[in-house]
Amino acid sequence: MSEIVTTTHPTDPLLRAERLPHIWCPGCGIGSVTACYMSALAESGLPLDQCVVVSGIGCTGRVAGYVNLDSFHTTHGRAIAFATGVKLANPRLQVTVFSGDGDLFAIGGNHFLHAVRRNTDLLVVCVNNFNYAMTGGQAGPTTPRHSFTTTTPRGATDQPFNLQHLAAALGVVYSARWTALHLRQLKTSFSQALQLHGFRFVEVLSPCPVGFGKANDLGEGIEEMEFYRAQGVVDRRISPAEALIEMSKSTPLPLGVFVDPERQGNGQAGPAKGADGVVGR
Amino acid sequence: MTRQEVRLAGFGGQGIILAGYLLGKAAALYGGQHAVLTQVYGPEARGSACNADVMLSDSPIDFPEVRHPSIMAVMSQEAAESFLPSLVGDGTLLFDSDLVQLDWPGRRFGVPATSIADQLGRRIVANMVMLGFLSATTGLVPPEALEEAIRTTVRAHTIELNLRAFEAGYTRGTAA
Amino acid sequence: MTVRQAHQERVRTGDHFINGDVACAEGALAAGCGLFAGYPITPSTEIAEHLARRLPEVGGTFVQMEDELGSMAAVLGASWAGARAMTATSGPGFSLMQENIGWGVLTETPCVVVDVQRPGPSTGLPTQTSQSDVMQAKWGSHGDYEPVAYAPASPQEMFDLTVLAFNTADRLRIPVFIMADEAVGHITERVRIPAAEALPSSSRPRPTDAPGNGFLPFKAGPGLVPPMAHAGEGYHIHITGLTHTERGYPTNSAEVHDRLVRRLSDKVLRRADELTLVERVWLDDAQVAVVAYGGTARSARQAVRIARERGVRAGLLRLITLWPFPGAAIAQLGLQTRLVVAESNLGQVAREAERYTAGQVYRVTHAGGHLLPPEPILEAILERA
Ligand SMILES: Cc1ncc(C[n+]2csc(CCOP(=O)(O)OP(=O)(O)O)c2C)c(N)n1
Ligand code: SF4
Ligand SMILES: [Mg+2]
Repeated sequence: MSEIVTTTHPTDPLLRAERLPHIWCPGCGIGSVTACYMSALAESGLPLDQCVVVSGIGCTGRVAGYVNLDSFHTTHGRAIAFATGVKLANPRLQVTVFSGDGDLFAIGGNHFLHAVRRNTDLLVVCVNNFNYAMTGGQAGPTTPRHSFTTTTPRGATDQPFNLQHLAAALGVVYSARWTALHLRQLKTSFSQALQLHGFRFVEVLSPCPVGFGKANDLGEGIEEMEFYRAQGVVDRRISPAEALIEMSKSTPLPLGVFVDPERQGNGQAGPAKGADGVVGR
Repeated sequence: MTRQEVRLAGFGGQGIILAGYLLGKAAALYGGQHAVLTQVYGPEARGSACNADVMLSDSPIDFPEVRHPSIMAVMSQEAAESFLPSLVGDGTLLFDSDLVQLDWPGRRFGVPATSIADQLGRRIVANMVMLGFLSATTGLVPPEALEEAIRTTVRAHTIELNLRAFEAGYTRGTAA
Repeated sequence: MTVRQAHQERVRTGDHFINGDVACAEGALAAGCGLFAGYPITPSTEIAEHLARRLPEVGGTFVQMEDELGSMAAVLGASWAGARAMTATSGPGFSLMQENIGWGVLTETPCVVVDVQRPGPSTGLPTQTSQSDVMQAKWGSHGDYEPVAYAPASPQEMFDLTVLAFNTADRLRIPVFIMADEAVGHITERVRIPAAEALPSSSRPRPTDAPGNGFLPFKAGPGLVPPMAHAGEGYHIHITGLTHTERGYPTNSAEVHDRLVRRLSDKVLRRADELTLVERVWLDDAQVAVVAYGGTARSARQAVRIARERGVRAGLLRLITLWPFPGAAIAQLGLQTRLVVAESNLGQVAREAERYTAGQVYRVTHAGGHLLPPEPILEAILERA
């Protein structure tokens, strides 16, 4: 993470005002995703005193430090396991996990698998910035092939996880992918997920100019955002298995709700949902 | 301080561990004695020969391992062969005469535990026959204590069968 | 994961013939454990198996996690949700738990971790006994901290010390270790469970102010243990494994860090006298004293008894608490007797004991496997007498 801090001081009571300015870089998407989640939570009608956020370690892991809720900044990879303990010990709590792609799918990947298997009543939000940002831009489990990171100086060679396919295949109750630019749709997804029970997953593609954007010709935050806007496609015919992210200007970036109670993650599109707020750009 | 080291041995599935547990429980909870049960765990325990060791004493037991049993009850030929060398020279040997053939210069008592159990309808209770026989021939733990241990341990619908097997063994033992 | 449905008694008052692992599980139930999270590993598995059956009967929750990393994390989470929580493992799992144990130390999360020791390093001898994780309990996680660890020597103590461990954990807000060994976990003996009212109990310090009044979750009074608010109580706590201020917020200040780490150590060390439990057997006139703990203490007691029968004035100092180390008791004993330390490792406590004594400490060690028998200990006593 860079030392640059933003100077904005939102006075939002949903955030811990006394902790601002936050530590995220200019152009980083994590802050908007956090604010978006909090506004969906505030509108959900859920009692905020019963809402808990658990994070692992990483730039995204710092989300727990800014939300004005009972919040836990745990160890690298263990957020879901920690949250499982919270939820089981007090089932009245609404427990959301907020963490990064590396935290949730590399070091903590196994906990994701098993929490889905148990259908633990958790909402898991992954800010996918395609790299280990906090430690300075190394390759992670979602780094697209051919991308440059500090540990893939010749371009990544390994196949990345398609998180929507993974979540759908495991059998989550709800799974959606948006970007930090699609805040309206993202908020709708948060709202939908907050009303459901069982294991729910929301993936948010987020620019990380420092750790990923610059090295991959995606530019500063604004340009990376523009890339998401230009390539993002919402098409309910795209199955989770087809929702690969190639990160190239010649391929679409599949977005949308891939699993919900009407559309199970078997690659079959369920009945069209009409004006559910989850619509394309 | 009087101390008795007891080894029960047989093959897996005969209820050897249960018999050892009942012996220890009867002594410790209903017989006014001190008792420790130890078992061998892991791969060794998965072989065909298995054993349960019980140490009985009228004072607290420190080192709990049975190394030189003075009483041994064996219910399979293989167990007899592998464990007999551990029995002290003047020790007492009990064996299931349906399954075991051996020589032992000291006190030895055979009981057809398996066929008695068969007559009662369930071979699985041969261990209870042996336990009754052991109680009668050695006087280690009073029969009432063992019966109470059986009543408080085995599943409700099997209590009666187990008690009958125990009594059959006990009766044999008093005549031996 | 199992459904809650309370229809059985938590405290099974009365006499039982049970093994040490089951006694530990019953101790957890009697202490009010609300959640157990674990991953099977010999020789601790019976604790998990017993709680899988019993916890749901008394309204608690059992969860089998995917590994020990997750088990430890779930225990910490449950504790912050207000439950008394425990996990049980053996060496390989204890290794995996270390990072989160450190998180528990820094965030002052009460919980109980049971290590039924088997011989290591690595997979070692999975079904046999050992005491070779003693130093891991002290130094296993990174950073400076002062753990509390107990070493039960019988199924009865597996019960009693598990109850005590929950109380100590809550009172001091720390993870507390039960450093059991296979020999004690797997022997079956009489365990006397007292009436529920007769069980000792202490609880977490709790906030006295209502939410909204600027509660500082890490502001400790003179007792050095801050009050603990749980998730869902309205305090909007933030808990982090980063060095934090009294408000719980991260800081980069070296001064705050130093103050915090010292307080965390001091809250344990300051209570060392009451925390370090030992049993003194025939020490008054002893010329030779054996220092032993856990399963090995049983062999040591037998060796001492035989030595006495042979006219040698031997005694036993049995360590019930391993950490904080009962150094004062050993130092005092070292002045008047010759010391023999007997343990199922290559000298972990012996080396620590030497730091408290001027003279040499005679070692009877064994890397583990079978329970160290009385004979080599007796031999050492006779040689030293
Ligand atoms: C056990 C452990 N290993 C490594 C680290 C160092 N580390 C901190 S954050 C991080 C990666 C975070 O990546 P991600 O989860 O994608 O979060 P991001 O920073 O990208 O939001 C790593 C490797 C650590 N804190 N703990
Ligand atoms: S994710 Fe990237 S952009 Fe955001 S704070 Fe971390 S390093 Fe900066
Ligand atoms: Mg990342």
